[in-house]
Amino acid sequence: MFRLEKRPAPSRFWTASTPVLAVVLTMLAGGAMFAFLGTDPLAAIRTIFWDPIFGEFAFYYRGQLLVKAAPLILIAIGLSLGFRAGIWNIGAEGQYIIGAISGAAFGLAFYPSESILLFPAMIVAGALGGWLWAMIPAILKTRFNTNEILVSLMLVYVAEAMLASVSSGLLRNPDGLGFPGSRNFKDYPAAHNNFLIESAGVHWGVVTAILAVIFAYALLNRHLLGFQIRLTGAAPKAARFAGVNPSMLVVICMGISGALAGLAGMFEVTGPAGQISIDFNSNYGFTAIIVAFLGRLNPIGVMLAGLLMALTYVGGDAAASTLGLPGAAIQLLQGMLLFFLLAVDVLANFKIRFGKTEAA
Amino acid sequence: MDLSSINPLVLLASIMVASTPILLAALGEMVTEKSGVLNLGVEGMMITGAVCGFVIAVETGSPLLGFVGAALGGAVLSLLFGLLTQYLLSNQVASGLALTLFGLGLSALLGQKYIGIKAPPTTDFDVPLLADIPVLGPILFRHDMMVYFSIALVALVWAVLKFTRAGLILRAVGENHDAAHALGYKVVRIRMAAIAFGGALAGLGGAYISLIRVPQWTEGMTAGAGWIALAIVVFASWRPWRVLLGAYLFGGVTVLQLNLQAAGVNIPVVYLSMLPYLVTILVLVIMSAKRGRAALGAPAALGRIFHASG
Repeated sequence: MFRLEKRPAPSRFWTASTPVLAVVLTMLAGGAMFAFLGTDPLAAIRTIFWDPIFGEFAFYYRGQLLVKAAPLILIAIGLSLGFRAGIWNIGAEGQYIIGAISGAAFGLAFYPSESILLFPAMIVAGALGGWLWAMIPAILKTRFNTNEILVSLMLVYVAEAMLASVSSGLLRNPDGLGFPGSRNFKDYPAAHNNFLIESAGVHWGVVTAILAVIFAYALLNRHLLGFQIRLTGAAPKAARFAGVNPSMLVVICMGISGALAGLAGMFEVTGPAGQISIDFNSNYGFTAIIVAFLGRLNPIGVMLAGLLMALTYVGGDAAASTLGLPGAAIQLLQGMLLFFLLAVDVLANFKIRFGKTEAA
Repeated sequence: MDLSSINPLVLLASIMVASTPILLAALGEMVTEKSGVLNLGVEGMMITGAVCGFVIAVETGSPLLGFVGAALGGAVLSLLFGLLTQYLLSNQVASGLALTLFGLGLSALLGQKYIGIKAPPTTDFDVPLLADIPVLGPILFRHDMMVYFSIALVALVWAVLKFTRAGLILRAVGENHDAAHALGYKVVRIRMAAIAFGGALAGLGGAYISLIRVPQWTEGMTAGAGWIALAIVVFASWRPWRVLLGAYLFGGVTVLQLNLQAAGVNIPVVYLSMLPYLVTILVLVIMSAKRGRAALGAPAALGRIFHASG
């Protein structure tokens, strides 16, 4: 048997290499799963992880990569700030939906405006919507000490009910012959999140995601608030003695992650998704949790993790169409990734000693 | 609007059915948390139980085997969580979330060939004599076995926790794992057992939804029931009988809003379908306001990582 010996500080080598190890393990386990499902595991792995970047049709898939990565990175950057300080915003999916609804509703209210100020105003509306939705668990946490995990999660289901309601009610396309779903933003140029560089899949959401990464990096490494976040995560009691106000930290971290999730939703609904519909949200808010952990709650790591997770989406779609791999298999693959990541994390924090065991 | 179409007696009977899945899951989670482990993966274990139970019941034609399979499925999944948190010392919040995400994917994959099939029917069990009581009999004593089983289990868990040595040890591990370890109790093994118990009950709760309440398989059909179960444990201050009360209250809200929808009440459906989730938030706020963690009755070592030579 083995026993674990706590390292005085997390190993730098293992902190950097465990995500890679987790990806390799996921590929192995995923390959076994694909084989079990009757698909050639090597072909499936190649289709998911290799072909979208280097394959024959890569010119098409590469554009998709940034489209999928942008919302994941935007949301995960916000989540990682809170997770670092031990503030668990699990309801990003709800903030993402509400951000999308507020941004879209603002734009649709001025239909058919041609003002160039409309799109920037919609961006603000989207961020505000997500921020407000995140403020509910934040205020309840600071005011009544209510568990933010459960409240933010419950609000996802509330947001989904609202989405179902507005897509067939308030925001339904009046020219849509009664079908559910809003007007398509592709036919509404002033409010459309169009591609800036079509072949690369760059739209305003991608630009914002890059800005968010830079902002979070600067915040964590160069700003007092970033120091307070890191301190609270590492040693909550020491943080209190150092004068950190935990309530303020909750409000700020939840606020930033809510606003970023709202932005992601707004860019998604006015761009790639195109319209408010009952199922425009693709669970990005939940997958972003995996992205945040995979990126080790570090802005640069989150960016890389977001790209990798986008690859599994794009490659998963490709595998679904060429190999007939079920979509659920990709979802399972993503879940596995988080499992393996948490499992191999032990290497970063502990030394493994083989030999005599002691009572535990 | 026609409120008279809601029969209060039928309503009560359907509350018992609607509450059973959350009751089972919440009771299991309560035992896990009593041992000091916070498993946020209840939703994932429930949905896995739902699909395991459904697949096995359809293949064998026996709902009973389905429930056994669901309990096993939930327990196996929860042991994955146990391996991560107890042996590899991972963060419990993150591992629980991973379990939920993993369970949702796994269940979607396992269940994809079973969409649209009806589950084999379960027979109701009429409690002898009691079922013949006018009015109350049909409401309280003509249900499937799982309803009675879940209530009996509440009594059993209560008695074990309160009166037996095993219950005392479980609580000791949850209150102070270092002290329990010093006394020679196997903290990790006891916690693994509690985790597996919680997983098995969550699996049973999930299977109750797919085999009896709906009874069909659809992706994501637990729709947050696992998270509500977690909230009920807080509401119940980690006490078995209050878990029962909480589950029936929430079941009541769910059934009531469905009945109001059916009766065509003048409230938009969207608000009614939000109701169970909003009530959960409200209850959490009331329970946590003005009271600390200790006063709530939370196990003192809840969520803390135990490392013997640390």
